[in-house]
Amino acid sequence: MSIIIKDLHAKIGDTEILKGVNLEIPKGEVHAIMGINGSGKSTLSKVIAGHDDYEVTSGSIEMDGQDILELDIDERSREGIFLAFQYPMEIPGVSNANFIRAALNARLPEGEELDAVAYYKDLYSKMDGLEMDRKFTARAVNEGFSGGEKKRNEILQMAMLEPKYCILDETDSGLDIDALKIVSKGVNSLRTEDRGFLIITHYQRLLNYIKPDVVHVMYDGQIIKSGGPELALELEEKGYDHLKPVPAKA
Amino acid sequence: MEIEDISPISAAPEIDQETADAIAIDERSKGDFKYPEDHKYDAGVGLTEDTIRYISKVKKEKDWILEFRLKALEVFFAKAMPTNWATEDLNNIEFDKIRYYLANGQRPTRSWDEVPDDIKETFERLGIPQQERAFLAGVEAQFDSEAAYSNVKEDLEKDGVIFVNSTEGLREHEEIFRPYFGKVIPTGDNKFSALNSAVFSGGSFIYIPKGLKVKQPLQAYFRINSENFGQFERTLIIADEGSEVMYMEGCTAPKFETATLHSAVVELVALKGAKIQYVTVQNWSANVFNLVTKRGLAHEDAEIRWIDCNIGSRLTMKYPGVIMKGERARGEVISIALANDGQHQDTGAKMIHAANNTTSNVVSKSISVGKGISTYRGQVHIPKHLKGCKNNTECDALLINSNSQTDTYPAITVRGNQHVTQHEASVSQVSQEMLFYMQQRGLSETQAMSLAVNGFVNDLVSEFPMEYSVELKRLIDLEMEGSVG
Repeated sequence: MSIIIKDLHAKIGDTEILKGVNLEIPKGEVHAIMGINGSGKSTLSKVIAGHDDYEVTSGSIEMDGQDILELDIDERSREGIFLAFQYPMEIPGVSNANFIRAALNARLPEGEELDAVAYYKDLYSKMDGLEMDRKFTARAVNEGFSGGEKKRNEILQMAMLEPKYCILDETDSGLDIDALKIVSKGVNSLRTEDRGFLIITHYQRLLNYIKPDVVHVMYDGQIIKSGGPELALELEEKGYDHLKPVPAKA
Repeated sequence: MEIEDISPISAAPEIDQETADAIAIDERSKGDFKYPEDHKYDAGVGLTEDTIRYISKVKKEKDWILEFRLKALEVFFAKAMPTNWATEDLNNIEFDKIRYYLANGQRPTRSWDEVPDDIKETFERLGIPQQERAFLAGVEAQFDSEAAYSNVKEDLEKDGVIFVNSTEGLREHEEIFRPYFGKVIPTGDNKFSALNSAVFSGGSFIYIPKGLKVKQPLQAYFRINSENFGQFERTLIIADEGSEVMYMEGCTAPKFETATLHSAVVELVALKGAKIQYVTVQNWSANVFNLVTKRGLAHEDAEIRWIDCNIGSRLTMKYPGVIMKGERARGEVISIALANDGQHQDTGAKMIHAANNTTSNVVSKSISVGKGISTYRGQVHIPKHLKGCKNNTECDALLINSNSQTDTYPAITVRGNQHVTQHEASVSQVSQEMLFYMQQRGLSETQAMSLAVNGFVNDLVSEFPMEYSVELKRLIDLEMEGSVG
């Protein structure tokens, strides 16, 4: 059981961003993708989620044997793909509690509704784990949230929706060390044998808290190197230059 | 002369193919259905003096009312279409092809058992009976022109509340209603108020006695159920000194292939210290011209609030107003307008400050979907000789996809410097990234848009009575279906 990406090519407009990505994320494992800005890390996460801006020109993405490229964004989500956004969107006027409830209801058969009491019990206990104040249930989704609060809110949604595969797109960006610890704790508590993780990050720092099983290096739309956790440390020490020369900036 | 002796000018036509097809269309909403027409009285197609005389005769009206109607007809003919400032689409109304009066000739019935079965079924599908049983104090439900069912609960009747239709109001309670009838909105206010004054039928006439605070909202449902049938209800609510009332009006209309005209006149009078809240939720089908004049007169320390939601219709023109005639009077308009593809919501508010220390508040939110057009027209008038007047106006527009259009025409006339006015306007978009975010959580595109729209109007929806806010949410959900793409 895994997400298997084979020779994935994707473009936005006329610009090809992904140029043959090969990657397998089995359940129960945490994979990290590191790479410089513009290497295609975030694009990969959006293409897996099904963002309309990107056109997949060739290659495949399978989840547990199912071709997901044919599925809409929301279908992929309901099938078990969760993307924690680098920049979570604000939804004015929609309370956090209602938003998460709507997302959960969308997973139920037509006509069925979530039990409200059980829902709030679950929500509160997961918020406690992320040290989120109860007032966040009534506040509009991400509106006026600090960077750290937004990221915690992403992990809360992840915990509530119980996806099969979690993609975290630069979840560590903009987090101070305390917030980073809380978010990492939240992620670690979701690590199970039935769940795979793809963690996209610039920095090795996050990987001190969320220990990856495999580290991949992405460069110019391809995975150019994979290895164990020690690869992240190596990158931290030596930078990306020794793997592939970076063109001089204009 | 007995009503039975009057033969209809023309018989109701057979249902044509287009209408039959329209009926067959899978129901889009609870309002999207109709039952066969069976009108005992029918003023025929087109508008002449004879039409007016016929309506007045069927209603057994006194001479002064007939005179009022005939004079209004002259004004209507004399007035030009307001296309100098409003949309030219108004020129597409074919007045000659409209039916101005239809009634099944039954007296308004008081008990639910007396209501004909097919009408009952219509109401059943609209969810009225449960609501009525649950907590409505009185129901004046209008099926086409005449009230098919009207019931004022005994305790209200005992308290002296009058809740009748326009015909009965002018016939049985002339001394109460005549002094205010046509005074807040004179016949010649605009072309459509003149039209209504000529051909009005149905609507609610309500009187709340001094000091009585009616706890439960009074409610009326309106529907248009005949092709080419203009509905011209006339409502007059008088809240005597220190009284309070909330009136709720909901409109749903079945779909037809040709345009239908709805042109109501609603006058409110809040005497000293009285409070009137008038709540409207409208869901017209996409071919209806909805041209409504609504205005309230607030005396000293009185308060009038219009809470208004317009969904659907081909063209809605509606600018609820409050004339604050007495000191410390308050006026408020809270409105939500949703213009879907091919629809134009031209709405706004009119606040006329006519006494010192009067306060008005306007909050308008519009949503434009696809090629839908939303226009806000606001008028705030504070003359120079007054002092201590306040107005707050806030208009927010939400655009869903790039074809949508929104215009704001605020006209704030404030003379003198002893007043406080504030005007804010904003335009926002449901962006693709916002939809992507919501869809990534498992919501379909439609659900995501509904949620975004509901979020946008959320703070205003809480101003609506509970059961309306639920209905509103459902209507928004229905509107968002099929607008995707």
